[in-house]
Amino acid sequence: MSWLQKLLPPKIKRVEGAARKQVPEGLWTKCPACDAVLYATDLGKNLNVCPKCGHHQRIGARARLEALLDEDGRFEIGAEVLPVDSLKFKDSRRYPERLAEANENTGETESMVVMQGSIKSVGVVVAAHEFDFMAGTMGSVLGERFVRGVRVAIENKLPFVVFTASGGARMQEGLLSLMQMAKTTAALTDLGDRGLPFISVLTDPTTGGVSASYAFLGDVVVAEPKALVGFAGPRVIEQTVRQKLPEGFQRSEFLLEKGAIDMIIDRRQMRDKLAVLLALLQGMPAESAN
Amino acid sequence: MPPPASKTTFLEFEQPIAELETRIEELRFVQDDSAVDISEEIARLQKKSQALTKEIYAKLTPWQVAQVARHPQRPYTLDYVNMLFTGFEELHGDRLFADDQSIVGGLARFNGESCMVIGHQKGRDTKEKIARNFGMPKPEGYRKALRLMKLAEKFRLPVFTFVDTPGAYPGIDAEERGQSEAIGRNLYAMASLRVPLICTVIGEGGSGGALAIAVGDITIMMQYSTYSVISPEGCASILWKSADMAPEAAETLGITASRLKTLGVVDKIVNEPLGGAHRDPEAAAQALRKTLAEALKSLQSKKPALLVEERLERLMGYGKFKETAAK
Repeated sequence: MSWLQKLLPPKIKRVEGAARKQVPEGLWTKCPACDAVLYATDLGKNLNVCPKCGHHQRIGARARLEALLDEDGRFEIGAEVLPVDSLKFKDSRRYPERLAEANENTGETESMVVMQGSIKSVGVVVAAHEFDFMAGTMGSVLGERFVRGVRVAIENKLPFVVFTASGGARMQEGLLSLMQMAKTTAALTDLGDRGLPFISVLTDPTTGGVSASYAFLGDVVVAEPKALVGFAGPRVIEQTVRQKLPEGFQRSEFLLEKGAIDMIIDRRQMRDKLAVLLALLQGMPAESAN
Repeated sequence: MPPPASKTTFLEFEQPIAELETRIEELRFVQDDSAVDISEEIARLQKKSQALTKEIYAKLTPWQVAQVARHPQRPYTLDYVNMLFTGFEELHGDRLFADDQSIVGGLARFNGESCMVIGHQKGRDTKEKIARNFGMPKPEGYRKALRLMKLAEKFRLPVFTFVDTPGAYPGIDAEERGQSEAIGRNLYAMASLRVPLICTVIGEGGSGGALAIAVGDITIMMQYSTYSVISPEGCASILWKSADMAPEAAETLGITASRLKTLGVVDKIVNEPLGGAHRDPEAAAQALRKTLAEALKSLQSKKPALLVEERLERLMGYGKFKETAAK
């Protein structure tokens, strides 16, 4: 015991210990872009966008949907569809173990959450990737939930919106995961034939099989600021071409300049903007989106 | 055309066969100026070589199959086009940017009837390999394929595609011109194309770059071709952090024709000649011809609406999952 501790009255010591316990982990967080120290609750209220510099941190699928959709009349689609280990896939770990861990970390059963609801009273079906669930990868369950979402949209004559955040196809499901690219895209042909809008919102990061299937097929393609979006990941490209990639390569702003997307929307304006776009596409009066 | 079998390039696991074949070559060489008749010995060794090939090929591992699929002498798309089709007229360019030579396509006749042929194309020598970018298409390649598919649809011609690519090219220019969009657009268009689409994996079916010309009514695989969501090397370096684990990755990914047929993603497998298609390209082509003719016959009479409806149904059936009672 040091001389200082000896001096302190016992009461103070006790209070100090109790106070420390009450501080939950991750109460404070640092913005990776501007280093500002942020109060986690403030960041959450701001949809994980740094209030100081506007940097968009990743956001979970459910948090995103809850912030986007009107509170009333929203319900989930496809939650009953769950993963199986059809290949008995094993690398350093078994696939079911990875699934269980992802479930524990995110509270989700798969990498996509689909909901029917409305955005400022404009009816819609929205699918969102959960990146923290095995890097938002596309497997059989994601494909099926996506298709069920599209079907509900068709049955109810609603537009379909997807928020992408994915490393691509899920290796642990082999070729079945590649086939989800064909499956999801095929479902969209049905939606398109019926004149129902499809909007894709590309968020950080979107690469591989998701990028090369429905991501760029939106009637309107939107991206969040500075999101990394591309077919191949930057590391793979660097290894292939053996040169350093230009600054800002494969970021939303780069994609806009190259003509690959329609617009960039700040997450804090996403709800307002999507309502406007959906109303415009469906020939609804301007005041219907409020 | 690949070189004749006498100059076969042997893979590592084929070394015992290679040694026998060298011995046979040597004997043939001395036979010319030898008084002793050694043709019996040659015949004996040839029989032995065949038996050995049969034995080795009877238990190829998925990783060995991947080696055969990438064999430098394996018949490529244009080889099959020459052997299976007549009157091929190559059509070039995407009308937007360039002519990507890693995808070839054009009008041709199959058993006398007009059709469209599209396929990945690898090069044989260094110069051609570079010109064809090792069979790795850029967006303009996929857009050319799309243009030709739309052309086929306009004139109601069936489309045959041949898949043989390590993958779509992962480069700066490809990204700048919208590699993702080009592939996605093809998937969308192929799902609703109003003419028969018959897809055959002849060599490497490398992920999205392969799928971009492989969504159709019937998927055929040559016996020693592979089709995979990621290359075994790529998978190994991500999941095992070492490309040396590629054989293990090949095993667990399930990339062979037989495994994929069991999984329901491939409809037909065409058997290859002993030792692989490169040992006897003509025999491989004739086996494929039969399967292609049957496939075309089964689709030709269908009305476009039914064709597309059945295709969509098939695509919607892909995937394995379980369902709990709705909550």
